[in-house]
Amino acid sequence: MQRKTLVRVLLGLLFIVSFSGFAQDEHGMEVKEVAPGEKGSKTKKEEIKEFINHHLLDSHDFNFFGSTNEETGETHHYGFSLPVIIWDGGLHTFMSSEFHHNNGVATSNGNHYTLHHEKIYRTDAEGTLNYDKEHGDHPTNVRPLDFSITKSVVMMLVVGLLLIWLFRSLAKSYAKNGSLPKGAGRFFEPIVLYIRDDIAIANIGEKKYKKYLPFLLTTFFFIWFLNMFGLTPLGVNVTGNIAVTTGLAVIVFLITTFTGTKDYWKHIFDPLGDGMPWAGKILIYIILVPIEILGLFIKPFALLIRLYANMTAGHVVLMSLVGLIFIFKSWIGGPLSFGLSFAISLIELLVALLQAYIFTMLAALYFGFASESHADHEVHEGEIQHL
Amino acid sequence: MEKLINDFSFGLFFWQIIIFVLLLLLLRKFAWKPILGAVNDREEGIKNALDSAEKAKLEMQNLQADNEKLLQEARAEREMMMKEAREIKAKMISDAKEDAKIEADKMVAHAQAAIESEKKSAIAELKQQVASLSLEIAEKVVKHELSDKDKQLKLVEEMLGDAKLN
Repeated sequence: MQRKTLVRVLLGLLFIVSFSGFAQDEHGMEVKEVAPGEKGSKTKKEEIKEFINHHLLDSHDFNFFGSTNEETGETHHYGFSLPVIIWDGGLHTFMSSEFHHNNGVATSNGNHYTLHHEKIYRTDAEGTLNYDKEHGDHPTNVRPLDFSITKSVVMMLVVGLLLIWLFRSLAKSYAKNGSLPKGAGRFFEPIVLYIRDDIAIANIGEKKYKKYLPFLLTTFFFIWFLNMFGLTPLGVNVTGNIAVTTGLAVIVFLITTFTGTKDYWKHIFDPLGDGMPWAGKILIYIILVPIEILGLFIKPFALLIRLYANMTAGHVVLMSLVGLIFIFKSWIGGPLSFGLSFAISLIELLVALLQAYIFTMLAALYFGFASESHADHEVHEGEIQHL
Repeated sequence: MEKLINDFSFGLFFWQIIIFVLLLLLLRKFAWKPILGAVNDREEGIKNALDSAEKAKLEMQNLQADNEKLLQEARAEREMMMKEAREIKAKMISDAKEDAKIEADKMVAHAQAAIESEKKSAIAELKQQVASLSLEIAEKVVKHELSDKDKQLKLVEEMLGDAKLN
């Protein structure tokens, strides 16, 4: 029965992924048609590159797909606009659809704003952007603090609600069903148990894992679900956004720092302990202690870069392969690219799970270091001496 | 690196932290605690059930051993009872035999005594009858003998002759 459910879930995912291939085709079409109208002459390669870059960024609109009028070259986007919230000497709120009227300039309380590569700049009424030609091609206009509810924020909310609904119903099904899971819970319960037994208890230890377990579970499912949503036709790239991974890593860093035991800090500032006279220690500590302190920050930094890079790379590869279809435009290249992108999609399914696992696993490992007590510590050192 | 910093959106970071922390708190309260609690209870239940099964098994074994012992005892007792019964039977038979013999002997003795006394009385009667018969005969002889004088004298003489001989 459980196996049957698993097979069904996998089949469902396969369906979604194969569908995403088509959906991204549609996105590709959109670029192909839109770009000439807007930007004049550009090679197809550049168009695709731009489209991919655009996709990797967060968006102020929630677009499902767009279609272009062949004659006018105008694109109509199907989706919905999202609220824009900016702090620029005062609170400005308006819907993102404002950016699409009036030559791309939104007006709020006498200030004018425009979007350039999904970033909001303050401009004049005409929407002029001054470019800094020396340092790349960035506009030099003022960027107000942007607290907009973007596509990524919406996706995080959706995933959050989904998680709450899913695991709330799992929790309830225990009461009804005589402490046995029901339905989707049969699929998720083993994962919860795996995280408890093989991630939390294995890395943190039987005594202290309970404190960290809710965080580990939430992190795992949050990342996994966002990764999976990234593979759907919705085309959101939340976990491939550096701000999101930074947020997660910052929380890991804060938890590690504030739950660190005396032994943890001693390990950082006095790693050799009583094994060496103080005169010798000073010489070594000049190098060792800064490295240990740096390590405190490098650990979560590695977490955030790993997740960001993996998810971004996956999306780039996948979309490039889809883009190849429009470059080859042949009966051989098309199916070949489709086959390749399908294969990569399957790998991405694995990566989605793997990255969530690795993030959770490493977070648990850091928590394990932080909550290490003296007794564990000695065992640990003993092991090292044996090695 | 510059691209990374350029891509970093503080707004998204802000929302991410808020959403995530909120999600963490909500899930911890409404999902993880009940789920882990239920799973824990279930595991405890399974452990207890296994323990009690083990206990029951041991008890069963003990019971079986007891049963075996009881059975052994019962068997021994039965054996003993059978033996006793056999002995009693043998004894009863031998007793009966003895009694019967004694009784029979008694009866035989009785019978012999009765026979003896019958015999004696018969003999006594016979003697009496013989005596009376002899008397009668003697009387008749005497009468007959005495009816004739010669004969009487002859007899006296005969008798006297006999008496002389003696």
